[in-house]
Amino acid sequence: MRRKRPGLPPVLGRGVARGWRKLSGGGEKALMPQPRFAGPMPWVIAIMVALTVIAAAAGLALRNTARAAAAELSGGVTVQIVEANPDERSRQTNLALAALAAVPGVSSVREVPQDELDRLIAPWLGAEGEQAAADANDPAAAIPVPALIDARLTGPATAPRLATVRATLHRVAPSARIDAQASWLRPVFGAIASLQWFALTLIVLLAGALAAAALLAARTALGNNRDTIEIVHLLGGTDAQIARIFQRSIGFDAAGGGALGLAAGLAAVLILGRRFAGLEAGLVGAGALGWSDWLVLALVPLAGVGLAMLTARLSVLRALRKML
Amino acid sequence: MTAAEGEIVQFDNVGLRYGTDREVLSDLSFTLFPGSFYFLTGASGAGKTSLLKLLYLAQRPSRGMIRMFGTDAITLRRERLPGFRRRFGVVFQDFRLVPHLSVFDNVALPLRVAGVAERELERPVADMLDWVGLADRLQSRPATLSGGEQQRVAIARAVIGRPEMLVADEPTGNVDPEMALKLLRLFEALNRLGTTVVVATHDVHLLRKVPDCLIMRLDKGRLSDPTGALRYPPRPQVAAR
Repeated sequence: MRRKRPGLPPVLGRGVARGWRKLSGGGEKALMPQPRFAGPMPWVIAIMVALTVIAAAAGLALRNTARAAAAELSGGVTVQIVEANPDERSRQTNLALAALAAVPGVSSVREVPQDELDRLIAPWLGAEGEQAAADANDPAAAIPVPALIDARLTGPATAPRLATVRATLHRVAPSARIDAQASWLRPVFGAIASLQWFALTLIVLLAGALAAAALLAARTALGNNRDTIEIVHLLGGTDAQIARIFQRSIGFDAAGGGALGLAAGLAAVLILGRRFAGLEAGLVGAGALGWSDWLVLALVPLAGVGLAMLTARLSVLRALRKML
Repeated sequence: MTAAEGEIVQFDNVGLRYGTDREVLSDLSFTLFPGSFYFLTGASGAGKTSLLKLLYLAQRPSRGMIRMFGTDAITLRRERLPGFRRRFGVVFQDFRLVPHLSVFDNVALPLRVAGVAERELERPVADMLDWVGLADRLQSRPATLSGGEQQRVAIARAVIGRPEMLVADEPTGNVDPEMALKLLRLFEALNRLGTTVVVATHDVHLLRKVPDCLIMRLDKGRLSDPTGALRYPPRPQVAAR
């Protein structure tokens, strides 16, 4: 039977309560040096996060633009009455308006007013051309501008539906030219999609660079603390305990860098947003970020911290497995 | 009780070589029993430290079989190693104190690794350091301590968790005779509590101070066991102490 003998340190006589719970924060911190923001790691992460926030914001704005444009244009049909004679143009326009209103699936029809038309052509013809086009009393001087009818279908303007509209209109307005509004912007949609892919690729590359930075930081820390790790191992420390110390340390660095990067990225996004808002262009305005987009941007540093910690953990565990 | 049932450590034809060099340890076959006190002696370069490394699982042998606590230690899964290592206390020849930690934190290290709560650390560590005469150096860094003081910290760290087996490599090499005797008494006290103690030493005077000890002598990597007492030990009274 074990019993306490005189001369023993009291701790050996009474023993020490033990548990198998995870190391508490205080104990874990004491195992290895925990330099904070000592190396380039937080700054590298700050730059990565700032760039990722900007790239993500650009991708989200482009998505919003594409969605808004698609929603607005998918059921839109433009009918141009291309007729030089103003009276005939007016006659065919009225007939076309009536015929379109009777086509099933057409939810609204309106003739684009003359002043709106004037504003549309002003950038190309200038104020004089605009005036000339508007001058109904001098048909010889006027530049014949087609009449425009804006029709909305209840669903997307598919080829069969356009064919139906076309057939209906040609009977009453032979000068009518019918176009789905979405088809005009198809190249723009293609370009937007390309830019979105570009933004996504950039985000993936930045995530890869962030993981590589975390990997290098973890390896450096492992190399610097090799002796301590060996001692902790020989005292019964588990790989998971040691890995947790490194992942925590890198997590703190990543969190600091991430916060800094988020602030810088958001500042850049806000400045760019204001610049674009100043353009007052419809398509650009549609790309404004919503609250869910801002939330996604706020999650970027969190994802960065998670990725850095996971990378550190996996690389440390891998390195520790090579030790006995 | 048979040897196989009672052994804490069993070596069978164990050999160790580093890389492609010749074996530094050859044909080691012996059994250590719970509660026994062993001195490991031998000239410098005889392989004492290498044998201790095998004992505290810092090294795997190149050949042979090692059983510890009734388990094959050669094929032991990596996940189980920490649990085994927590059953040992090790005093390293070069102390291996963690330089950035205070004396207190160095001694607390095995307890922290084992998951002892912070509030339960303070008293045992302070008591332990008081006992080895370093109560006033709790917050000192190892670099500010003398060799003897570092050695005492290393010993305090090794024994604070009350290990089942204590392995000490030249534990009295840097302390004065009075402290050496005190530390030896500590090892004996631990041994009386049931801890198996293996002390590697050059100091033959130390051997005489522990009358019931068993002596393992290494000579050029081979264990001198003329009577076969290490390989085929008599029914161990030590284990029943």
